Amino acid sequence: MAALATTSSTIAAKPAPRGSGPRVIRNPLWVRVLFMGVAFVFVAGFLVLPLAAVFTEALRKGFGAYFGAFTDPDMLSALRLTLLTAAIAVPANLIFGVAAAWCIAKFDFRGKSILITLIDLPFAVSPVISGLIYVLVFGAQGWYGQYLNAEAPALPWLQQWLIARDFQIIFAVPGIVLATVFVTFPFVARELIPLMQQQGNDEEYAALTLGANGWQTFWYVTLPNIKWGLFYGVILCNARAMGEFGAVSVVSGHIRGETNTMPLHVEILYNEYNFVAAFAVSSLLALLALLTLLLKSLVEWRAQKSGA
Amino acid sequence: MSVQVHHIRKTFGQYTALADVSLSVKSGQLTALLGPSGSGKTTLLRIIAGLEYADEGSGRIQFHGEDVTDVEAGQRKVGFVFQHYALFRHMTVFENIAFGLKVRRKNRPPQAEIADRVHKLLKLVQLDNLADRFPHQLSGGQRQRIALARALAVEPKVLLLDEPFGALDAKVRKELRRWLRKFHEEIHLTTLFVTHDQEEALEIADEVVIMNQAKIEQVGTPQEVYDRPATPFVYQFLGNVNVLKAAALAAGTAPPFPTGGLQSNGHIYVRPHDIEVVPHETGAPGIPAVLRYIHAAGPAARLTLEQVESRETVEAEISRVELERLGLKLNNLVLLRLRQSRSFAEDYAI
Repeated sequence: MAALATTSSTIAAKPAPRGSGPRVIRNPLWVRVLFMGVAFVFVAGFLVLPLAAVFTEALRKGFGAYFGAFTDPDMLSALRLTLLTAAIAVPANLIFGVAAAWCIAKFDFRGKSILITLIDLPFAVSPVISGLIYVLVFGAQGWYGQYLNAEAPALPWLQQWLIARDFQIIFAVPGIVLATVFVTFPFVARELIPLMQQQGNDEEYAALTLGANGWQTFWYVTLPNIKWGLFYGVILCNARAMGEFGAVSVVSGHIRGETNTMPLHVEILYNEYNFVAAFAVSSLLALLALLTLLLKSLVEWRAQKSGA
Repeated sequence: MSVQVHHIRKTFGQYTALADVSLSVKSGQLTALLGPSGSGKTTLLRIIAGLEYADEGSGRIQFHGEDVTDVEAGQRKVGFVFQHYALFRHMTVFENIAFGLKVRRKNRPPQAEIADRVHKLLKLVQLDNLADRFPHQLSGGQRQRIALARALAVEPKVLLLDEPFGALDAKVRKELRRWLRKFHEEIHLTTLFVTHDQEEALEIADEVVIMNQAKIEQVGTPQEVYDRPATPFVYQFLGNVNVLKAAALAAGTAPPFPTGGLQSNGHIYVRPHDIEVVPHETGAPGIPAVLRYIHAAGPAARLTLEQVESRETVEAEISRVELERLGLKLNNLVLLRLRQSRSFAEDYAI
C-alpha cells in the first residue's frame, strides 16, 4: 500500500522521459493529468475547503470572540466530559483489544471466527442503533429500570445501593461511556490481530523454552513487538472516542453542562445560531483530528524504521 | 542426558501426527529425525521440548530416566532452535542471548557474569563482534548461530533443533552443517535435530531415525540405514533403488539373497550400485537383460537395462573403468547379478 503510493507520487512528480523506465508505468500525459486533477479537486472540495471554513468561521469575529467561546462554563463542562469519556473508553478498549488479539492470534479455539466477527459488529452497526441498544437495556423502561422498580429484586442490597445513590445510566455519564466503549471497541483489536498473526508464535515459544513465564513472555517479547501497532490503534480509538456523535447523542439526553460532550455541544450551539462558538469548538475537534493524523504518520514512520 | 520416548500418540482432530511412537536417544550423541514433510518429526521434537503435549493417556517422555511428561517447557532444561530462528526482533544479539539468564527468578547471575557468559557463547559460535547488532542486520547463517547460542545460554541438558538449516541457501547449509558437527564434537551435548534432507542426516548424525506417516520406520547409524534399509520406504527415501516386480522370475536366475528371505509374491529392492553387470557369454547365473542406454558423464556410468523376460527397466551403476573393461555397446545382451538386495511383500505400500 505504502509502496504503491510512493510509486504513484514519484510518477506524478517526475514524469519519466520517453523510452525509459518500465513500460507498464508509462501512462500517457493526459491520463496522468486527468487522474491527478480528479484527486486534487476531490481533496480540495471535500477536505481542505470545509476544514478552512471551520477556522475562518470560528475567527470571523476576531480572536477575542474565538477565545471567549472557550470560557463558557457549558463548553468547559463538555470538554471535561469528552476527556473523561476518552480516558475511560481508551484504556478499556486497550486492555480488551490486546487480550482479544492475543487469544485470537496465538490460540486455536472453538468459536474463534464468531469472536472475530463480533469484534467488527460496532463497525457494521449504525452508531444510532448502538445508542438505542443501551437505551433499551439500561433505560427507565429497559431491564435496568425494571430492576430498580422491582418489588423483589435478585440482589436487594444492590438495588438499595443503586437507588440510594440515584445511579442512572441513560441520560448520564455511565451511558455515554458505555456507548463510546461500544463504538470504539474494534480499533485496537483490529489493528493488532493481523500484526500478531503475521508475527506468529515462535518468539513466544522460544521465550518459554528459555524459562520465561507467561507474564515475562508477554512483557518482554510480545508487547515490544506490537508496540507500534498498539500505539496506532490507540490513536485511532482516541480520535473516535472524542469525536463520536451518533451513539452518544442517543444516550446523553443533551443536558447542558452535565451530559454534553463536545460534538453534542457543537450541535446545540449551531442550532442556537451561535456560529462563532459552534465553529470555535469545531476547530478544537478539527485540531484534534490533525494532531491524530500527525501522530499516526509519525508512528507509521517509526514503525517502518524499526523494521517491525 | 539420554531421552526416552514411550508410546507417544498425537492427533490433531482427524489427523494423526504420531501413532504410538517410541524412541531412545543416546546420551551425548547427535541424532537426526529424518522424514518427508508431514511424517510427524517436528511434532515429536516439540513434544520432547514441551511445546506441544501428547494425547491424553498416551505415553511418557523421560530425560535420563526421569519423567518429564508433565514438566513445563521452561523447566525441562532443553535448548530449542527454531527453523526460522525466532530471535527476539527488538533485542540486540547480546540481549537475545542474555534473555534466558535475565528472566530467571531463582539464582539469576549478576550482570557482570551474564555479560561474561554471553561473550563466551558469542566466541563459541564465532560471532564475537556482532553483540550490538539487531537480528535483521544479520545473515541467515549468523542468525541461526545466534539462535543456537541463545539456546545454549541456559545450559540445557538436551539440544533440539527444528530444521536448523531449512531456511538457508545450499552453500551456507553445507558449511553450517559441517560446523554443527564440529561444534557437537566440542560440546558433546545430547542433540536431536529434525531434517527432511537425507544427505544432511547421513553426513553429520551419529544415529538416524527415519520417520514416515506418523511412525518410525528405522533407527540406526547412517551406514546401517543406508546399507540395510528395514522397509521399502527407507530404501526409496535414502538414495536410488530399483524395484524388480517380477521377483519370482529373478529368483530362478539370480544368486541367493544375502539379506532377508525371498517372498514368492514380493518385490526385490536393489540399489543401482549393487548390481553387477557381467557378459552374457560367461553362462553364470543372473538375470538376462539388454543394455538400452549408457549415461557416462559423471564419476560413474549409469546403465539403463531392460530385462529380457519381464521387460522391466533396471538402472545399474558401475565404474567407468569397469564399463571400459566390459566393452559394452547398446543392445548387447548381459547378465545382472545382485550383490545385495532385499525383497518385501507386494502390498507394502509407500
